Amino acid sequence: MRSRRLAPYVLLIPGLAWLTIFFIIPLVQLGAVSLQSGFPGYPGYYYRDVNVGNYASALTEFGAHFGRSILYAGLATLFTFCLAYPLAYTMAFKAGRWRNVMLICVVAPFFTSFILRTIAWRQILADDSPIVRTLNALDILPGGHLTETWVAVVAGLTYNFLPFMVLPIYASLERADPRLIEAGGDLYANGFTTFRTVTVPLSMPGIIAGTLLTFIPAAGDYVNAELLGSDTSTKMVGNVIESQFFRVLGGFPVAAALSFTLMALILVMVVIYIRRFGTEELV
Amino acid sequence: MTATTTSDREIRRLGEPTRISTPTRAKRWLADHVVAIIAGFVLVYLFVPVAYTFVFSFNNYTKSNISWNPVGSPTLKHWENPCGAPGVCDALVTSIKVGAIATVIATVLGTMIAFALVRHRFRGRGATSALVFLPMATPEIVLGASLLTIFVQGFSKVGLQLGFWTIVIAHIMFCVSFVVVTVKARLQSLDPRLEEAAMDLYANPTATFLRVTFPLVLPGIVAAALLAFSLSFDDFIITNFVSGDSTTFPKFVYVSYLRGIPAQANVIGFSMFLIAVILVILGQVISSRRKS
Repeated sequence: MRSRRLAPYVLLIPGLAWLTIFFIIPLVQLGAVSLQSGFPGYPGYYYRDVNVGNYASALTEFGAHFGRSILYAGLATLFTFCLAYPLAYTMAFKAGRWRNVMLICVVAPFFTSFILRTIAWRQILADDSPIVRTLNALDILPGGHLTETWVAVVAGLTYNFLPFMVLPIYASLERADPRLIEAGGDLYANGFTTFRTVTVPLSMPGIIAGTLLTFIPAAGDYVNAELLGSDTSTKMVGNVIESQFFRVLGGFPVAAALSFTLMALILVMVVIYIRRFGTEELV
Repeated sequence: MTATTTSDREIRRLGEPTRISTPTRAKRWLADHVVAIIAGFVLVYLFVPVAYTFVFSFNNYTKSNISWNPVGSPTLKHWENPCGAPGVCDALVTSIKVGAIATVIATVLGTMIAFALVRHRFRGRGATSALVFLPMATPEIVLGASLLTIFVQGFSKVGLQLGFWTIVIAHIMFCVSFVVVTVKARLQSLDPRLEEAAMDLYANPTATFLRVTFPLVLPGIVAAALLAFSLSFDDFIITNFVSGDSTTFPKFVYVSYLRGIPAQANVIGFSMFLIAVILVILGQVISSRRKS
């Protein structure tokens, strides 16, 4: 009986200890660094302080980058949803014996490094590529480029996080009882009404998980903005954090303040979002 | 007049064959399949960059493997010498090592947490769930940044320098949560009556676990391990923050982007894709054979 009561803790302790030491404590340290000040005259050395000015300069100097991160990630989430839902729906209800093949197809591109695939997008959207040439021939591409624009960054984000949207939606649709959807038709709802009032609510847990799994990493991403965007006008907050850490001597405190603000911002948005559309526990 | 149209509609609803002219039939077919057609396009879209990676592995480029050189292409020379570019195979080996170690440890730790969460009632359950969920809800760049600050300002003082082991530590940390979620889903879907049956047949708890529970959960654990390996293998952002001078395959590609990516990276990237697809298909074939 006694061992039965201790068992869960024995199972939990190693994993939770790992998460505490390498997730919680580093976050506390990040918070501490975000308040540090640099030693005057010794760039790269810091002392413990409560320097709120780091947050002030993070927000005033790089407010536009925060805005871009949220905007690009939001757009990418919207687009991945529009692409993912038909695919997940087809896999769950129409694919039959092709279901597993389609599942493999969704996951397989993961194994070609996502950096390579992002660089491939740079080639696909390059100025001499068929897409850009066609658009330019039709004269509908303002500026004449796709790379180095926000369009390319959002396209890259949309592409890279698409499987993270497809898989949860598919999982929740697959679990849904098809008889419920048939019942919608039997009760004389037309196709769209059934979809809106039966199918979508059934897949809501998947939609929520998918949008979170897309939005959160997209908002913190800097690879797409680095490889597909321009040097100035499309940088996201991730690019600033990366360069403050690695390329700006003495940039640690502001970089930490930026990271902390990004995390707080995302956490607040996630909590509001789950409260608004909330389903059961996510883990 | 009105009476006929209503009955017409009713007949159609009952599924009776009605005579439809060809353009309407085409329209109907399109309406029925439009979702599937969109899905097909989305699948193609997923593979376009993979195809580009494949095609450019045959490029006879001079300086940078970004634009196609029609002179001398396609060439097999990069496939014949996949380690030809300096550092590319070292980076690959590092990635595989990191992935293997991180996968084993993360799978063990995560599976244990999943068992505790599903099979036991205990105090602090909600807090445990939150602690597991939070790393997945934190952007990678924040994870990387926080680990960098603690490694540089804290752990380096006790001798842990940025490098191979800090990458492993970081990868274990972010893989554990995904393992927990995957194994937990499998555990929750198990029929508890199977274990009850084993107990009824006088199996002791250890035998029940080893011969009933564990084999039933194993597919979930294998799926979790595969997920952990692929997450670790493809991770760039966290790795970039904590790797110091060590180079994994994604970091190699990213760093060499400025100088021009060697086509060997395309060869390796596409080979990984092929190997993964073949393994998955083999697994499917074996499991379907076993079922029949």
